[in-house]
Amino acid sequence: MAELNMIEAIRSALRAEMKLDKKVVLLGEDIGVNGGVFRVTEGLQKEFGKERVIDTPLAESGIVGSAIGMAIAGLKPVAEIQFEGFIFPALDQLVNHAARIRKRSQGKFHCQLVVRCPIGGGIRALEHHSDSPETYLAHTPGLKVVMPSTPYDAKGLLASAIRDPDPVVFFEPKKIYRAIKEELPDEHYTIPLGKARVVKEGHDLTLITYGSLVLTAAQVAEDLREELDIELIDLRTLSPLDEETIISSVKKTGKAVVVHEAPRTLGFASEIIARINEKALYHLEAPVARVTSYDLPVPLAKYEDYFFPSKERITNAIRKVMKEARSNYGV
Amino acid sequence: MKKRIASFDIYYLQVLDEKGKCDAKLAPKIPAKRLKEMYWLMLLTRAFDEKALNLQRQGRIGTYAQVKGQEACQIGSAILMQEQDLAFPSFREHGVFIARGTPLEKLFLYWGGDERGMDLGKVNVFPVSIPVGTHPLHAVGAAYAYKFQKKNAVTLAYFGDGATSEGDFHEAMNFAGVWQAPVVFICQNNQWAISTPASKQTAAKTLAQKAIAYGMRSVQVDGNDVLGVYSATKEAIENARKGKGPTLIECKTYRLGDHTTSDDARRYRSENEVKAWEKKDPITRFEKYLLSKGVLSQQLAQEMKEKAKQEVEKAVKNYESTPKASPEIIFENVYASLPANLQAQLEELKDETGSSAS
Repeated sequence: MAELNMIEAIRSALRAEMKLDKKVVLLGEDIGVNGGVFRVTEGLQKEFGKERVIDTPLAESGIVGSAIGMAIAGLKPVAEIQFEGFIFPALDQLVNHAARIRKRSQGKFHCQLVVRCPIGGGIRALEHHSDSPETYLAHTPGLKVVMPSTPYDAKGLLASAIRDPDPVVFFEPKKIYRAIKEELPDEHYTIPLGKARVVKEGHDLTLITYGSLVLTAAQVAEDLREELDIELIDLRTLSPLDEETIISSVKKTGKAVVVHEAPRTLGFASEIIARINEKALYHLEAPVARVTSYDLPVPLAKYEDYFFPSKERITNAIRKVMKEARSNYGV
Repeated sequence: MKKRIASFDIYYLQVLDEKGKCDAKLAPKIPAKRLKEMYWLMLLTRAFDEKALNLQRQGRIGTYAQVKGQEACQIGSAILMQEQDLAFPSFREHGVFIARGTPLEKLFLYWGGDERGMDLGKVNVFPVSIPVGTHPLHAVGAAYAYKFQKKNAVTLAYFGDGATSEGDFHEAMNFAGVWQAPVVFICQNNQWAISTPASKQTAAKTLAQKAIAYGMRSVQVDGNDVLGVYSATKEAIENARKGKGPTLIECKTYRLGDHTTSDDARRYRSENEVKAWEKKDPITRFEKYLLSKGVLSQQLAQEMKEKAKQEVEKAVKNYESTPKASPEIIFENVYASLPANLQAQLEELKDETGSSAS
């Protein structure tokens, strides 16, 4: 057992998969000699060589586009985009190509490709370093989108993503890169994509979130434990979505709050709430609430705390849903 | 201090002039059988192209992009690929598909709006890439992978003058240069990107010179001269295979047809310009050369033209007698295995269409 933070856990997954399969190669800006700006790939170029840990020119579309070419020619590339704000030049390659090559070629070619990318705010960074663009990708048929919230999950989910035959965008919540350490098993393991994790079982209300806000939500659930038995769900994979876990939980609790860092309009909560409406509307005792950032560009560092969902905002939403349920059903 | 630290030259290559006269010093050594094969593939491409245009006008296929005029660029290069090499075409590369052995009915199927047309089996061509200039990056990545895996394979990326304005083109050239990837960039400068002339696409005198900035070899070749294209590509492929890195070949040619069947080129270019280029037709030029060399007789040329038309007609029959696939085909090949939400949506489609197939 080793105690690792998320960065170390991700590196551990990369190293294990590279040892297992010579077709796994890494590419990105500053990932080799420098080990990546967050040091995720530290030491890997030394261990696996410059042909397998490739320092690329500074061009995001070039990184993803050439990774697509590597994938269709038999490699299993893991590309790093340095920050989520810089993933946009690569959207064309992801949306128009990676997601469609299996379809376009009738299955002759496919893109076994992972694009790793830090995501989200909370590190007091410059503009373009605190965004949450996951919905752009999750909206695209043909892609899979994953976002872990713990070191253990990060390692197991990344291993699965690398082995997955379809393109996976793997978002790493940078705020919690080093926030927590966990005991990880010595032996390598995988966690299936498309399966949510019930962080804490409960009967009163379903709290659904993903990424760094899982930690915040867990604290809220803990703070409220005297008065409420909250069920906390960490989605882990946004696409494909584990609808079953969400629906069965909401049927049990009759109440739900969805939380995410991305702006509200057409944010991922919209999809979750739509699915709850389709599959569990008559089990609801109150309208589902969502706690999100505002529909604004992410503010610069001094004001970002006003923007992201806070413990207080999540708590207020939970109380509001509970109050409405009580007044509707007298529970 | 001020001194010249670098200087560059751009070469223009023409083996067959517009009258079909061959520059003996530059002529590639090609056996007669091979020359005939090249001529045949050009005829077949032209016959396919003319038929496809007619079929579109009759509503028997969908929007179609004519290749007429660019046959030399495509046949003269693609014919040099070995089995393990992979071509990355854009949407006007019917000649590349044909040179690599794609059954013509597949191409009709694709342009008729049926995704099964790009089910190419062993034909080593990547499927049609429509977003302009985005696929040279795939050719570079694949070339890297082949080099890494010591597969002795090269890639050829086909695109037009318009693509050279796209960022991805420059990223592809840059990555290829840095990686010394075994890739050949075939730029068919047909001088028109829909209505935008090459002169508004770039202030550069040639497109070939764009390679210089990426530390890469390049040449401009007469794109209506199939022997010129052949020579330039042969050298580029040999260099790539020997580990000497990428090359950019600018094939100066002309799009004799409209951009696609939805376009009307008369709106933006003169009939005289088109007529002048019709006189430089790559097939006529090559035919003159083959006749003069005795590789071809008038009679044989005529027979081959007839045969090309017959092959195309046969393919049209096969295409039009291909039964439509069941609607569920749209759910196939999106993911390796269908996720639960798509399973449910597939059931919706089956309910709607009353299809019982699984």
